[in-house]
Amino acid sequence: MKRGKGMKFVGDSRVPAEKNKFIPKDYSEYPGRTEPFWPNFLLKEWLVGAVFLVGFLCLTIAHPAPLEKMADPTDASYLPLPDWYFLFLYQLLKYKFASGPFFVLGAIVIPGLAFGALFLAPFLDRGKERRPHKRPITVSLMLLSIIAVFWLTYEAAAHVDWEEKAANNKPEWPDSGPSVEIDKESEGYAVYENNCLSCHGGNLEGQAGPTLIGIDYSADEIKDIAQNGIGNMPAGQFQGSDEELQQLADFIVSVNEQASSEE
Amino acid sequence: MLQKVYDWIDDRVDITPLWRDIADHEVPEHVNPAHHFSAFVYCFGGLTFFVTVIQILSGMFLTMYYVPDIENAWRSVYYLQTEVAHGQIVRGMHHWGASVVIVMLFLHTLRVFFQGAYKKPRELNWMVGVLIFFVMLALGLTGYLLPWDNKAYFATVVTLNIAGDVPLIGEMTKTLLGGDPTIVGAQTLTRFFAIHVFFLPAALFVLMGIHFIMIRKQGISGPL
Repeated sequence: MKRGKGMKFVGDSRVPAEKNKFIPKDYSEYPGRTEPFWPNFLLKEWLVGAVFLVGFLCLTIAHPAPLEKMADPTDASYLPLPDWYFLFLYQLLKYKFASGPFFVLGAIVIPGLAFGALFLAPFLDRGKERRPHKRPITVSLMLLSIIAVFWLTYEAAAHVDWEEKAANNKPEWPDSGPSVEIDKESEGYAVYENNCLSCHGGNLEGQAGPTLIGIDYSADEIKDIAQNGIGNMPAGQFQGSDEELQQLADFIVSVNEQASSEE
Repeated sequence: MLQKVYDWIDDRVDITPLWRDIADHEVPEHVNPAHHFSAFVYCFGGLTFFVTVIQILSGMFLTMYYVPDIENAWRSVYYLQTEVAHGQIVRGMHHWGASVVIVMLFLHTLRVFFQGAYKKPRELNWMVGVLIFFVMLALGLTGYLLPWDNKAYFATVVTLNIAGDVPLIGEMTKTLLGGDPTIVGAQTLTRFFAIHVFFLPAALFVLMGIHFIMIRKQGISGPL
């Protein structure tokens, strides 16, 4: 490596006097059957990649990415857990020697030493030997760390009922409709209760049928739908007098007017 | 035609040396699984890069639908998952890729470690590699919050509490990452999004570039 002091240039500072072009490494030091990277070896890498991708896509299709219900900060019963590859660090903080007054030990000193040693491994293991059995201390320390990480991860994960946790947190669309006060004493609501409630819900929120809040129909259109149906809704759902039908339509329209004024 | 285009560009910017550096080199026998099946351990690094590319591409497509705001984040993910054509596949690839990339990185690290391949002259590349590992873990940590479901939210609360309990710098770190010393909310989500989508990928690209340039400069480590 020639840089800085002692370098000679030819007039222009970009052109060193001594030509030192990057020369591809000579692999004659590795005796045996070398192969050009392009295109021979790349094709094989491509094949390995293709096999890997097929396996990966099978995993993706067999197990869709999980999604729990929308975050609810007031949910005090929720058991918080980090993603699986942080479980070992999380578990460490549960032990007495690494929590409470020893929090700094568990949160900073132990992980700091472990990852610091990993980062500085070339300077801690300075011998020339590369074979694992010629470096017993380095290799056994690494094996111990791996066992510790696996054990801590297992300890953290084994006590969690993952299926119950998933069942309690199924994704459901959060109630997001405009809030309306429904006058349940009105004549219109009484008609609604007798004819529509079983499908559209006690608060017009929708059950088997869709919600009736935020729809864009006039009173006459609502009367028509109540009698003749629409989409999946069959005809003849409304059983009552014309006067009641008018009360029903006015009621639904009034709820929607209230909803649209609140948005 | 292609040759002409190549020559036209080569006349002007002399790309042949660049091409040589990238592709024109010999692959020694001891890393070639076609000759020694046990050499498949040398695939782990390349596969890590492959998964990283999957993560970058699927992540780019996810941002076409994702909305980083507490009202709409979950809804946009739910919509992507249930309504958008192939949305479930793309999100699935990003979700599982995040785990697979950690596994592949772990295997690649172990291969290099047990072979002692980090020894002179490759000390710097080892350190850059460990930094890449840290960046990947940070990407996993920040990405975990983005769907804004219960597991994401409470995992982040725990993480930020642990960070906040660290003496001296804890409070500062928590405020920097979460946007507030106590609240985990709208500001936390946008910060994690920015860190996940801009800051960490930028660091990752730089580190990966250095990693690969050093591999080409130094060549692959010799047989044991």
